Amino acid sequence: MELYSLTGAQLAELLKEGRISAEEILSSLSLRAAGKEEKVKAYVRFGGKLERLPAEGVPARGPLSGIPVSVKDNICTRSCNTECCSRILSGYRPPYDATVISRLKSDGASIISTKTNMDEFAFGSSTENSCFGPSRNPWDTQCVPGGSSGGSAAAVASDEAVFALGSDTGGSIRQPASFCGVVGLKPTYGRVSRYGLVAFASSLDQIGPITKDVRDSALLLNSIAGYDPKDSTSVDTPVPDYTACLGQSVKGMRIGVPKEYMVEGIDPQVRAALLRSLEEFKRLGAICSEVSLPHTEFAVPVYYIIATAEASSNLARFDGVRYGFRAADAESINAMYSRTRGEGFGKEAKRRIILGTFALSHGYYDAYYLRALKVRTLIKQDFEKVFGEFDCVVAPTSPTPAFKLGEKMGDPLKMYLSDIYTISANLAGIPAISVPCGFTSGGLPVGMQIMSGYFREETLLKLAYAYEQSVSAENRRKPAL
Amino acid sequence: MEYEAVIGLEVHVQLNTSTKAFCACRAEFGVEPNTNICPVCLGLPGALPVLNKVVLSHALKVGLALGCSIQNRTKFDRKNYFYPDLPKGYQISQFDLPVALAGEVRIDTPAGEKCVRVKRVHMEEDAGKLMHDAEGSLVDLNRAGVPLLEIVTEPDMNTPDEAYAYLTKLKSVIEYLDVSDCDMEKGSLRCDANVSLRPKGESRLGTKAELKNMNSFKAVKDALLYEIGRQAEILDGGGKVAQETRLWDARQAKTFSMRSKEEAHDYRYFPDPDLTLFLITDEEIEEARAGIPELPQQKAARFMREFGISAYDAGILTADKRDAAFAEECIKVFPSGDKKPVVNYLIGPLLAEANSRGCGLSGLKLPAERLPELVSLVQKNVISNLVSKTVLKEMIDRQTTAEEIVKSRNLAQISDTSALDGIITRVLAENGKSVQDFRSGKENAVMFLVGQVMRMSAGKANPKVVQELLKRRLADA
Repeated sequence: MELYSLTGAQLAELLKEGRISAEEILSSLSLRAAGKEEKVKAYVRFGGKLERLPAEGVPARGPLSGIPVSVKDNICTRSCNTECCSRILSGYRPPYDATVISRLKSDGASIISTKTNMDEFAFGSSTENSCFGPSRNPWDTQCVPGGSSGGSAAAVASDEAVFALGSDTGGSIRQPASFCGVVGLKPTYGRVSRYGLVAFASSLDQIGPITKDVRDSALLLNSIAGYDPKDSTSVDTPVPDYTACLGQSVKGMRIGVPKEYMVEGIDPQVRAALLRSLEEFKRLGAICSEVSLPHTEFAVPVYYIIATAEASSNLARFDGVRYGFRAADAESINAMYSRTRGEGFGKEAKRRIILGTFALSHGYYDAYYLRALKVRTLIKQDFEKVFGEFDCVVAPTSPTPAFKLGEKMGDPLKMYLSDIYTISANLAGIPAISVPCGFTSGGLPVGMQIMSGYFREETLLKLAYAYEQSVSAENRRKPAL
Repeated sequence: MEYEAVIGLEVHVQLNTSTKAFCACRAEFGVEPNTNICPVCLGLPGALPVLNKVVLSHALKVGLALGCSIQNRTKFDRKNYFYPDLPKGYQISQFDLPVALAGEVRIDTPAGEKCVRVKRVHMEEDAGKLMHDAEGSLVDLNRAGVPLLEIVTEPDMNTPDEAYAYLTKLKSVIEYLDVSDCDMEKGSLRCDANVSLRPKGESRLGTKAELKNMNSFKAVKDALLYEIGRQAEILDGGGKVAQETRLWDARQAKTFSMRSKEEAHDYRYFPDPDLTLFLITDEEIEEARAGIPELPQQKAARFMREFGISAYDAGILTADKRDAAFAEECIKVFPSGDKKPVVNYLIGPLLAEANSRGCGLSGLKLPAERLPELVSLVQKNVISNLVSKTVLKEMIDRQTTAEEIVKSRNLAQISDTSALDGIITRVLAENGKSVQDFRSGKENAVMFLVGQVMRMSAGKANPKVVQELLKRRLADA
């Protein structure tokens, strides 16, 4: 078996036994990427091999010693390009590491500095809004890998990465994970430091792992989770060993299935896959019942007001004054601003900046932003109520499997609806995981989403792991690239 | 027509914290450009703000000292606008939940004490600084992220003098709290003024102009005076005052339109999602209250009580914290129970000396025991009041004691009658006309003769003794 095909946990085991070296892992992975990148385009600025962050002194020893981690292009890596797949940040090299990168380093991980592709500033659900061009779905290269962390998901699915970090503002980890048949976890808001994650919507963004299986998800979360004094929104609550809950029984676990999620718009094959999974849960001893999250229908509009409002402000710093792209020969400061931003941002970024600016404008603030905040509270309360009685909620990750490249590019609304099941978890701040739950007749993976209460990542991991172990080898196949 | 001006002030005070408001960079002044910077205050992608707790405790102190009610819930908002000195494209400020609301500052006016209501006190970060030269513009971000407090009044002042009095009082309170050095020249205290006119007796407010770019309290007063005149002229001519922001040009002593209401920014304030809601407990408020030192008003009241001095004198002595400490020390050291002589000396000759040297009482660097020594010498008739002023100057210039100067320069007052007799004989001989005047009933002539004796003795003669001796000699002859 090739090293690139193994999981992080398996590699750690082999390393520990001294049977392989860290260099062998990296070169296996790099060769794999060199062979498949032309088709997948999971990485950006790929120069034929995977680069890694230079070692600083003696590499730290820890649970991830010698294991490479791939990183989305919106997570800061010191002295290595971090461009958010946007022209406006072209050539930008941060002078500091994101907190998650420092944590991974101190656990011994080797950071791949060739970054993974994404929608520009994480604006999108297909990775088509990247200034470097789209990534492809390893299961069908005519299809998108999902987004915005499409590069990370595609890299993991195609064995071009052992595992990867993504960021999730409205489903950007989970939806591409489901499209690519891998595991994607969005932690509780505040569980993982956002310091060094280039902000899209600060009240919604979370960094999380995209992995080949549930154990690796727990392994990576162990490393990146925890309070960070540099992030005022990170929460100072103990971090358990997330691998400890794996293998525990899920007997008696109470699972809610929101009726609002199983309505029109859902692909029949996705629906069927979910129903089969629920049967599997019952077989494992869990109790499944229908629940209601009555404000679900408002999630998409609320999200697109809050997320764009925050984004319009977060992206104001890209003005050409201090770093990144600057339009040449502008005759005044205002011309410099508008030409830099006009030429530096892609279409979707501009659309969202304009939407958000409008939502915050004088005379519209109360009707849009303030109202959206109130409805957000109602959505939060829906979940709090359900989690009073249930351990978790299970739903599809996305209403459809991966769609074709270009299919939704002309219709932003259709694209936005792709996140309809994932957005609520971000608005509520709760953790959610997407795990593969079968395939369509066309051979595309389908993902299932499990959500639970604040800081109950263990519940998610335990159930996801039990499910993963119970399904057939057929359902754990890899894409034939 | 006769108009009444309505004035409101917005004061920005730079807090004297050792580090910036949202990062660990030093907040010091006058260092090499762009040396006190980090990813946070540079607004680099991914960097996040964390509130410096000292900023909050300073804000609480100021709020409490101004009699505000401290808000138990306070949050930060983003004020969005583009400018090259604003690295994030927004300023972290406070909008609808400022840390303190509804306080007051009492000022003295010719019509008696007046209460200027403080509308709100809020925390925010400063922007950087632009420097322009022939080659272009440069940005220095050392100041970006330095903490400020904005203190906003209600439109409660009616004259430039009242605005001046408010600023003086506010500055005094803030200096007492030791939360800012309040140096307008360094920009650590900045003031914008809103002013409108209305016909006397009218209660509705007129259209206001906002004045910016005043670099001293005097400039605020001058700009207001000018602006009141300008608006009155417009109104008298039947015109309408435009709502706009105007810049004060100190050289031309005029205000100029900067932007109209239509051009005003829409700042799109919204809660900063990077900073959580701050809950301030009653314990924290009490802790801040306990940290507030004696304030000028309280100190003045105590001076009146303890030293038996007038409200006016106490007001002068307590306006500046360091001066007040110096004055108190002087008064305490003065051996007599009657403190009037030393107080008079402080607000008389010493203050005049300080003013002429452009510093405060404490800026004269006089050890506190030396002034009472000088006053005692006058009291004991060792030197005259007149000579004492010369001695004082030298005490400051040479940093030495009064006694040393009196001795080395032989300035002791001559009260010895035998020593004075000779001078008096000469004066009487040289001023026959005055002697005759006196004898013909012009009693005042004696004062002229006293003056002549004083002059001949180089001011050292004791004028009382001289007068007595003169009268005796004139009567004898």
